[in-house]
Amino acid sequence: MGKVTGFIEFKRAGLKKISPAERVKNYKEFEYPFEEDTAQLQGARCMDCGIPFCQGETGCPVDNLIPEFNDLVYRKRWKDAIENLHSTNNFPEFTGRLCPAPCEGACTLGLIDDPVSIKAIERTIIDKAFEEGWVVPKPPTYKTGKTIGIVGSGPAGLACAQQLARAGHSVTVYEKADRIGGLLRYGIPDFKMEKWLIDRRIEQMQKEGVTFITKVHVGVDISAAELRKQHDVIVLAMGCEKPRDLVVEGRNLKGIHFAMDFLTLNNKFVAGDKVEIISAKDKHVIVIGGGDTGSDCVGTSNRHGAKSITQIEIFPEPPKYRDPSTPWPLYPKMLRTSTSHEEGVIRKWSINTLGFKGNERGEVRAIYGNQVEFKNGKLEPIAGTEFEWPADLVLLAMGFVHPVKDGLIAQLVDMGLELDKMGNVKANFGTTPGCFATSLPGVYACGDVRRGQSLIVWAISEGRKCALQVHNYLMSKQV
Amino acid sequence: MHRKLTNLPSLGPQAQGLYDPALDKDSCGVGFVANIKGKRSRDIIDKGLRLMCNLEHRGAEGADPKTGDGAGIMIQIPDKFFRKVLPFSLPPEGEYGVGVLFLPQDPMVRESLENIIEKIVVDEGETLLGFRDTPVNPEYSGIVARKTIPYFKQVFIGKSNQVEKGDAFERKLFLIRRVIDRRIRAEFKLDRSQYYVPSFSSRTIVYKGMLLGAQVKPFYPDLSDPDIESAFCLTHTRFSTNTFPTWDLAHPYRMIAHNGEINTLRGNINWMSARQMVMESPLYGKELKRMLPIIMEGQSDTATFDTVLELLVMGGRSLPHAVMMMIPEAWSKNPDMDPDKRAFYEYHASLLEPWDGPAAIAFTDGKVIGATLDRNGLRPARYTITKEDEIYFGSEAGAISVDPRNVLKQDRLRPGRMLLIDLEKGQVLDDEEIKKQISTQKPYRKWVEEGLIRLKDLPNAGNVQQPNHETILERMRVFGYTTEDVHTIMKPMALQGEEPVGSMGEDVSLPILSQKPQPLFRYFKQNFAQVTNPPIDPIREELVMELTTYIGPEQNLLAETAEHCRRIELEHPILTNDQFEKLKQISEGYFKAITFDITFNPNIKHDMRNSLDNVCQKAADAVRAGYNLIILTDRGVSRERAPIPSLLAVSGLHHYLIRSGLRTKTGIVLESGEPREVAHFALLCGYGANAINPYLAFETLADLLKSGDLSLPDYSAAKKNYIKSIGKGLFKIFSKMGISTLQSYCGAQIFEVVGLDSELINNYFTGTATRIEGLSLEMLEEETVRRHKNAYDPLFYPGALEPGGLHYYRKDGDPHLYNPITIHRLQTAVKQNDYQLYKEFAKAVNDQHDRLITLRSLFQLDPKKAKSIPIEEVEPVSEIMRRFQTGAMSFGSISWEAHTTLAIAMNRIGAKSNTGEGGEDPIRFKTLPNGDSMRSAIKQVASARFGVTANYLVNADDLQIKMAQGAKPGEGGQLPGHKVDKYIGKLRYSTPGVTLISPPPHHDIYSIEDLKQLIFDLKNVNPRARVSVKLVSEVGVGTVAAGVAKAHADHILISGHEGGTGASPISSIHYAGTPWEIGLAETHQTLVANGLRDRVYLAVDGKILTGKDVVIGALLGAEEFGFSTSALITIGCIMMRKCHLNTCPVGVATQDEYLRSKFTGKPEYLVNYMNFVASEVREIMAYLGFRTFNEMVGQVEYIKFERPHHHWKARGLDFSKILHKPKAYFPTEMYRVKEQNHGLEKQIDNEIIRRCRAALEYKQKVSLEMQITNLNRTVGGMLAGEVARKYGEEGLPEDTIDITFRGTAGQSFGAWVNQGVTLRLIGEANDYVGKGLSGGKLIIRVPENVTYDPSENIIIGNTCFYGATKGTAFINGMAGERFAVRNSGARIVVEGVGDHGCEYMTGGIVVVIGKTGRNFAAGMSGGIAYVWDPTSTFSKNVNLEMVELERLTESEEIDSVLHLLTLHREYTGSKRANDILENWNIEVGRFIKVMPTDYKKALLKMKEEEQSQKQGVAVNG
Repeated sequence: MGKVTGFIEFKRAGLKKISPAERVKNYKEFEYPFEEDTAQLQGARCMDCGIPFCQGETGCPVDNLIPEFNDLVYRKRWKDAIENLHSTNNFPEFTGRLCPAPCEGACTLGLIDDPVSIKAIERTIIDKAFEEGWVVPKPPTYKTGKTIGIVGSGPAGLACAQQLARAGHSVTVYEKADRIGGLLRYGIPDFKMEKWLIDRRIEQMQKEGVTFITKVHVGVDISAAELRKQHDVIVLAMGCEKPRDLVVEGRNLKGIHFAMDFLTLNNKFVAGDKVEIISAKDKHVIVIGGGDTGSDCVGTSNRHGAKSITQIEIFPEPPKYRDPSTPWPLYPKMLRTSTSHEEGVIRKWSINTLGFKGNERGEVRAIYGNQVEFKNGKLEPIAGTEFEWPADLVLLAMGFVHPVKDGLIAQLVDMGLELDKMGNVKANFGTTPGCFATSLPGVYACGDVRRGQSLIVWAISEGRKCALQVHNYLMSKQV
Repeated sequence: MHRKLTNLPSLGPQAQGLYDPALDKDSCGVGFVANIKGKRSRDIIDKGLRLMCNLEHRGAEGADPKTGDGAGIMIQIPDKFFRKVLPFSLPPEGEYGVGVLFLPQDPMVRESLENIIEKIVVDEGETLLGFRDTPVNPEYSGIVARKTIPYFKQVFIGKSNQVEKGDAFERKLFLIRRVIDRRIRAEFKLDRSQYYVPSFSSRTIVYKGMLLGAQVKPFYPDLSDPDIESAFCLTHTRFSTNTFPTWDLAHPYRMIAHNGEINTLRGNINWMSARQMVMESPLYGKELKRMLPIIMEGQSDTATFDTVLELLVMGGRSLPHAVMMMIPEAWSKNPDMDPDKRAFYEYHASLLEPWDGPAAIAFTDGKVIGATLDRNGLRPARYTITKEDEIYFGSEAGAISVDPRNVLKQDRLRPGRMLLIDLEKGQVLDDEEIKKQISTQKPYRKWVEEGLIRLKDLPNAGNVQQPNHETILERMRVFGYTTEDVHTIMKPMALQGEEPVGSMGEDVSLPILSQKPQPLFRYFKQNFAQVTNPPIDPIREELVMELTTYIGPEQNLLAETAEHCRRIELEHPILTNDQFEKLKQISEGYFKAITFDITFNPNIKHDMRNSLDNVCQKAADAVRAGYNLIILTDRGVSRERAPIPSLLAVSGLHHYLIRSGLRTKTGIVLESGEPREVAHFALLCGYGANAINPYLAFETLADLLKSGDLSLPDYSAAKKNYIKSIGKGLFKIFSKMGISTLQSYCGAQIFEVVGLDSELINNYFTGTATRIEGLSLEMLEEETVRRHKNAYDPLFYPGALEPGGLHYYRKDGDPHLYNPITIHRLQTAVKQNDYQLYKEFAKAVNDQHDRLITLRSLFQLDPKKAKSIPIEEVEPVSEIMRRFQTGAMSFGSISWEAHTTLAIAMNRIGAKSNTGEGGEDPIRFKTLPNGDSMRSAIKQVASARFGVTANYLVNADDLQIKMAQGAKPGEGGQLPGHKVDKYIGKLRYSTPGVTLISPPPHHDIYSIEDLKQLIFDLKNVNPRARVSVKLVSEVGVGTVAAGVAKAHADHILISGHEGGTGASPISSIHYAGTPWEIGLAETHQTLVANGLRDRVYLAVDGKILTGKDVVIGALLGAEEFGFSTSALITIGCIMMRKCHLNTCPVGVATQDEYLRSKFTGKPEYLVNYMNFVASEVREIMAYLGFRTFNEMVGQVEYIKFERPHHHWKARGLDFSKILHKPKAYFPTEMYRVKEQNHGLEKQIDNEIIRRCRAALEYKQKVSLEMQITNLNRTVGGMLAGEVARKYGEEGLPEDTIDITFRGTAGQSFGAWVNQGVTLRLIGEANDYVGKGLSGGKLIIRVPENVTYDPSENIIIGNTCFYGATKGTAFINGMAGERFAVRNSGARIVVEGVGDHGCEYMTGGIVVVIGKTGRNFAAGMSGGIAYVWDPTSTFSKNVNLEMVELERLTESEEIDSVLHLLTLHREYTGSKRANDILENWNIEVGRFIKVMPTDYKKALLKMKEEEQSQKQGVAVNG
């Protein structure tokens, strides 16, 4: 498959992008899919490995058949490529934009050269497929008469819903917000993924028979007991929304927000809602947390017109290239520069925040702390590194700890739902019977609510695999 | 009064565990002596006995050196002698018959048997003249033989007036014998060792037993009597792989003695038992039924052959006619064959399938005596006719010494040819005469022309099924097609007309252990030839291969009419839809087809079984009603109907019809969507399908074409290629068992099963070996239903096919041993020298609870047996590591970097690396300055003999003969031209850029006694090295190994089917060989049971990854362990499976310079790994309580098997046979403690070396003269070793040692003789002259006083100069078959060669000034042959696939030929050479030059390069 000697002949190419100076002027996406010929050469680089590490345990969580679609692209078999891609991944347009691509970290070619541009190829396939009109609803040929309620409309819930609907079940998705999409909708800025992409999928899914109910907060507007009565199976897919907080002096000052609050409001604003955003304009912005959410805050702040943006991280700066602690084919620990970083940011490492200082109005004006280093496995302050920086807006992007436990979860726990040590809903992951089933009969869980905070690609994988178990459970049950 | 007995106590070892004495195979020395004029004498018998003794080295002895495997003679009834010794009077000669009886020792039983015999003789109207106790001297037999010795009697039967003397009386005696046999066996349940009738005739008598050749005469005092006389003496000495041969299994049988093996036996037996129902004999009438069944189960192949031959002869055919039927020549691809003879064979093909396999058969009925050779000529057969009307025929020349002046003719039997002596007429008939006469005795040609219907001649049919694009996906899903099937397997078949190639072996879970539904095909493993018979090269020796089959009812075997060939001839078993319709719609009165649906309702339990039973019953009824073409179809599949596995349906029906006696009245044709790859078709044919229409496979091709995946002009091109690839694949599969024709493959069941239970096998695949049980029919039904359910499951890869993951890893596919996790952990562990991380790796491999892959994963160490000891008490890691080896991987298949890294690492820890088959650069024999060594301790000797020189052999600790390899047992290999760079070409003595072929067989090993010879050869050259034989696990490997141990191997390696490879057809990787656990256990058990275990080291390999694997191997009986894939992984391999493409990105399996620069492996990584494995072993030893490794070997009771109850399929497994601890019949240790007796001290080379001391020490010239006989084998081998050890590759100055021998040389004369040694032989020589010639000079000439023309007589045997790398030879006479095979450097002049001359040659020069056989230059990729062709007939004997024919034009070249001929005349006094040289100017124009095309190109290129270099120098200058 691919071209036998392609990996020797061709070099890696990435997607074309609009320059940072241009793109920060709006919230539009700024990357373009490959031209066909480029895609072909990039596909030709795939070596069709005997063990595709990109696809195996060390690679793609949603089990994308990467060597297969690389080959199809190499042979310009675009329609077959999307069939192939869709056979493992419901929403490649999401992952093709948002995934950190563990597949590329595991790509065997990475051992001797730059890995294959798998993510860019994926994105190119799906964008082209939509453009050509190849993505159409696939309603079931027959109905089973079973009904399933899915709580949460993030990527896990959506993937699960689509699979089950296509298997002929009646599926209802419950969403507490006013729009479908969960974190995809309100967590991800438009410049990384424009939201009409979600709407397009919702439309397809509605035609496949999925019912979406928004602004219904299960556990508040409708009880868990009621929901279980209404459906043969309910699937919990409401994510892992409890953010990690920073308990330090001055935390209560105005201008210190969770990143998700900042991003959600901004997304609503971009969508045209009349909302008051948290603005970074002309402010010294401090983003605490070096992950993807932090990076989204950076990108958004730049578009607001911040005076300065500083992103800090408590851990030391990772090496420029793969750290020996994460040898191939593991996801490489290394310095990553996101597109938002390209747009302007000061990044600081090994920074421990000790507190905030405010003005008389209770507004935050400064952040202080020190530098730390690892000693005996613990982070210890380095003497003489104390600092204080101006800060008008502080965004906490330090991840999430577990699902929100009031309401639905609390009600289910009363019925006997078990949680794991981390506080997530307890259920196994996998493809064998019994996976994704919670301790309550007929109640399944998938996505971050089960796994804890993770990637979109994992959410889709969980949703699909959970759907399979729900389907098998329903079809084997004499109801 | 007779007492009924049930099962007397058994004699000898019985089947136990995996050991089954029924798998016994034999080979041997056969011969006869006869007076052509039929004159009887005592002298003939003496000569016969002498002949037998002089072939003794071809036989074997077991654990008891005094017990032979069997020997015997057949002579004419010695009337004069019997009249002298019998107390009763005899009627005139010919009017009485003598029965030779082996009876039980129990006098009561014996008396009962005698009473029965007497009663039946009388009932049949003949007279019982009396019994005679045959005198024997049991002290002349071995201890073991005596334990099972029968009571010897002879019975004399007088002819009544009811029957005529001669043939009629013989027929009567045959009937009486069969009736007696049936009666006694029915009543007494005696096995053959207790009751047997070696002969029962009025013409011939057999004296045989479990004896050595030399024991026969003293054992039977009759044979010393001066009055015992015969006109012939047919003799045989046997080499059984088994150590418990029985008295009855000695040859000769009643009509034949056989050297070779019948590979198609199972099928022949099945067909014969089906056939006997429709058999009628005008000569026997109703009496025939009293003789049935024809074949008794459990006989040896020869005994079975003999039984059927006897039946054909007694049924009225002449003996040579019957022999021609059973062993036909290769006729269909021989356009030059006489049309009558061709028609004879074609006619008889409709009656009987060939009994295929290597065979030299000597036969007699007392009136004629003769011999024939199989179509391949795979056994040696030489004869001499004297001027005194005597003929000496035998497996070797020189067994009877003849004064050269007295020789009339010296010749050999050619492939497919027959030799016949009519003792009554006193004539020797040659092949042509006999066959002309027989083939015109009936109008066979007319019958064939009128009767045989050829499919292609039938009119086109209407309503041919067309591809349906709309529904194809659904149907592909129903039949379980995967993307991998379509793109990896089928697409290359359609595109290239060839099966796809893969690499790195198999590491996926066994089908019985897989969680997924598997096609039934996958549970079957192809059998293959190793040691006891050779595989065939179906590409280079295609002329013997045949795909034609016949369909339609068979007629009575014992008659001959025009009706017999009213059958439909199919050129290919795969039918296109058009052909299929033609067949289906044929309704020519004579043929009537009927179709049965083979689908069932998946929602009703047991519906599969019921539906199949129903089909079988209805089909049988239809056959009874006159239908003679049964079509099974699964076109009826749908959501409601699932297909019965096609193999189950075909085989089930086949066996049902055999049992009902109806099988030969009908053809079975399958129309199925299921079969798609070569292995599927082979299985369907092997289990009885006559033809197959794989409609869905064709539709898949149509679909691929439609989607643009096939760049082919049209659908018919795709179908054509696809069918072609199946044909090639079938050839490959049956040739690996040594079978040549589809007709005899059909129904031959050359498979074994891994993971189906006995009930399923007994009912539907009767007679197939299955040893670990497994899937029941109910589970098979569930498996089929699951697949069907998946097909309609909307969440199961909707809109697509399942990806697969059988060969390549896929996450959702079946689990593989090597996966991202295990590779990552192993590589990281060895790089960081982190034992804990290794432990995690080992855990991921060893603990397969949820993802079963290997059988050993189900084996736990029994905690109840463990008596833990402190680890300090266990032998150290360094000692354990000495038992480790890396597997055979050639430099060529892997890079220099990888190859030397492995060697350095293994040498550092006192373990061993293996050269593989590519030779080795002598610079690697020297230790490096830092103390490291790149020398591979194990030097492999494989079929191509690349770089196997004397110097190579002496620089080894182990010499490993590769009989088979795990990934493609029974197949040859190929190193693609793009991997043969200059350096590799140099090491392999070949041309850069030219693809190198390794033949499927070793051309000097066609049977066990040949292997014994090669072991002896190697031991001579390097007595210090252990000789190892590499075998692959399959049913019967234990028995083969016992034979190998008896052939004096020091070391036996059992490889599992998992073994890796640089390149192999993917179907071979997955469908041949069995897991090593089974093969190793079988081998160890068999060796122990036969008292041979303690004289060989036993090693195992095949994806051994961890210390636990090693321990399981040790407990099952292995002492040493091979690591190949895992070793490569440690130095960077990531299982790309791209070895065959030369694109390995990590520089391991590539010769590309850029990619080699990416190699990052280091010896310390492998050293770390070996340390880890040994440490894990040591920890387990401490846990179990073993202080030394040897204590652990064979202690199988430490293994606990827990039935995997949680697994829906694997819960049916039963390992009790593997985990059986054998009872030793002889006391033996469980591991190797004693030396083999190689008998080297008897070699005349010892004397030669002693007398050549001056030459060896001081390079002084020495010349000697010596006598030689055929018992002097491998003469010169030891000397070659001495020279190489002292003087390396270079050797001594020319003619430093010059020895002249007189007489007949034994096999392997001048093997590996090197530079400076000249051996002259005045006389003749046997097979393998100049094997591996490494620079020496061999001169073989006829004695001065002969009267025959040397260039018309044979002087040396088969397979001479095999693998020669350097040197010269002058042969004053003709050579046998396969002359100069794989010659890569020697220059040889010879006066005639047999078939397959210069096959696979890659270098050197051969000048032939005489006749050549067929298929000259097949696979010849280098070197040049010059053939003198005065009759302009040579060109039709050449295989032109790789060579072109030219005239000699350049003077340089003409001079070199002239020079060689002049030397030839000078050295040998050749008359032929003299004649040519005297007319040189004319004769030079009669030489044809055979030039390999690629070689020519390579030479041109080299020349250009040289010139441009010169020019470059000139310019610079």
